Amino acid sequence: MKQVIMGNHALSYGAMISRVQVIAAYPITPQTKVVELLSEICADGRLDAEFIKVESEHSALAACCGASAVGARTFTATSAQGLALMHEMIHWAVGARLPIVLGNINRAMGPPWTIWTDQNDSLSERDTGCLQFYAQSNQEVLDTVVQAYKVSEQVLLPSMVVLDAFTLSHTSEVVDFPDQKLVDEYLPPFNPKYKLDPKEPHTFGGLTGPDGYFELRYKIEEAIQDAKGLIKETGKEFGEVFGREYGMVEKYRMDDADLVLVASSTIASTAHVAIDELREEGKKVGLLRVRVFRPFPSEEIRELLLGRKKIAIIDRNISFGHGGIFAQEVKSALFNCKDSPLLWGYVTGIGGRDVTVEDIKEIINDTMQSDKPEKDILWKGVRV
Amino acid sequence: MKLSIPEQELVMSGHLACQGCGATLCMRYALKELGQNTILDIPACCWSVIDGPFPHTSVKVPLFHTAFETAACVASGIRAGLDILGRKETNVVAWAGDGGTFDIGIQALSGAAERNDNIIYICYDNEAYMNTGIQRSSATPYGAWTTTTPVKHFKKMPKKDMMGIMAAHRIPYAATASVAYPEDFIRKVKKAKELKGTKFLHIISPCPAGWKSLPEETIKLAKLAVSTCYFPIYEIENGEKYTVNKVIKNARPVKEFLSRQGRFRHLREEDIAKIQENVIGFYNELLKKAGIEEEVSVKTE
Repeated sequence: MKQVIMGNHALSYGAMISRVQVIAAYPITPQTKVVELLSEICADGRLDAEFIKVESEHSALAACCGASAVGARTFTATSAQGLALMHEMIHWAVGARLPIVLGNINRAMGPPWTIWTDQNDSLSERDTGCLQFYAQSNQEVLDTVVQAYKVSEQVLLPSMVVLDAFTLSHTSEVVDFPDQKLVDEYLPPFNPKYKLDPKEPHTFGGLTGPDGYFELRYKIEEAIQDAKGLIKETGKEFGEVFGREYGMVEKYRMDDADLVLVASSTIASTAHVAIDELREEGKKVGLLRVRVFRPFPSEEIRELLLGRKKIAIIDRNISFGHGGIFAQEVKSALFNCKDSPLLWGYVTGIGGRDVTVEDIKEIINDTMQSDKPEKDILWKGVRV
Repeated sequence: MKLSIPEQELVMSGHLACQGCGATLCMRYALKELGQNTILDIPACCWSVIDGPFPHTSVKVPLFHTAFETAACVASGIRAGLDILGRKETNVVAWAGDGGTFDIGIQALSGAAERNDNIIYICYDNEAYMNTGIQRSSATPYGAWTTTTPVKHFKKMPKKDMMGIMAAHRIPYAATASVAYPEDFIRKVKKAKELKGTKFLHIISPCPAGWKSLPEETIKLAKLAVSTCYFPIYEIENGEKYTVNKVIKNARPVKEFLSRQGRFRHLREEDIAKIQENVIGFYNELLKKAGIEEEVSVKTE
């Protein structure tokens, strides 16, 4: 069944077809449409779930932790300040090994108050151990929620499904709804080995000293590394069942490309058009879209970028004092490698400033004409 | 002989509590009544340590340790998870200290109470942040020394009226209890178990380390807290119906309670007189709310 829906509703329906059992959420623009629709879906019986209308995002994720620990599939969604407030509980969900799926609408952080998009909210959660998927279309949002549960419940780590504020969250697109029977086969019910169960009592998260904590952190790294293979496997299986395949990254017209543009989210979807137009002009350019940010696709980056002449990276985020975060991550994946290409790191689109096909073409053309990157941060479009 | 306290023990020996810890007795009595079909969640508090280090635990029920401000909302989540999985009979208990209840956890507790989530919230109150080394909380009483309210600058604000705050939420049941009166406490746990909605129990829990009292006097102090009217024993149903469970007509002087604790050693006679006045004032107000016309008098030695 095909339907025109907004990006936010793709998250809600993704949760619905994943048959989530407990939802706990708190409203924040631009996430509100996600939970409004879920409230309706729960109220009219399309989904048999408990919806806890909590008094803060911190409590939202804490309630999800409690529900997940008894063995219920749980979902929440937030944005910007709300995600920052959840920060402590993201660490808690990871440490307690709870496979909660969290939708995050990328919104720039205040102050000043703003509601438009950039990635600094979710990227500030980089080091928590939460998986991060960045979607470029509403279809991908819906599909990724289902896949995120499948991966998370195997590695026992939470996942964040991320989409751009307004550019995607409030944009309507045609979305193909997978057949529920097939979804149920693809994503079996959540049944964790360890849960809060009076018949088999366990204590979760008890005081742990230097003798044990280190190993528990090692186990988290081991699990998130395992997630790489699982993301590819589940993405491939998704393709076999539903006809849309997903991986850690998406390659577009990269085969003979001398210059590869690296981007994520809706900037990457716009970049497809820029690449097509530049190809028309005979320029050997391609696009590498990073879909999964954690775990980071270092192997794919090395395989696909080593030996290229030039790499241009677009970051709609900024790590103050160092530069664009995707650029840092790609650089670190390529360090210690022979023939690592020159890399131009562009920061643009901050706070929801529009990034057009023309802007992206300019970035690529500037990179083509440049012999070497003059600075670590190449600001594009900033009016100073 | 009929036992007045359930026989089953769900708190094991080998826990890490200090000698004379009231909080450990609280848990022991509470679990005796709650029974095996119970899930606990505990935020940062003495009980995060008392339970024992990984991989050990000293309770025979499932326990989820959680972040400081989340006792109530984690309990709400556990409840929702159990309900949707059809495990409706399991008791869900948030177990927190006074810091996690009166201060950092009050927002989540207020949220759960407003939604009337079907949980039991038990606050064992030792009147300061004892686990971090005796810092003042909003449950610390007027006059007390703590490491952040030194004797030259002892706490000048009264204890927060947590029961009044819970009553204002119109929850089905809120009650106070003392570890010195286990039958009363256990009866209240039983009542909380049987009622649907948010239930709040507030237990005075002496702490020898923080109160600078003798470990062997924990029960004596928990009794004196009641007989001096320092910590009245009462319950509130639906935020309206007040019942004083142990009506004191002739209170012992509050000095008898204060003088056995190093945390009040610095107080002058006029400070003690002020505390005495406040204690009696609060108690008389309580009697009025409970429909008792008499007022309490203070025994003279």
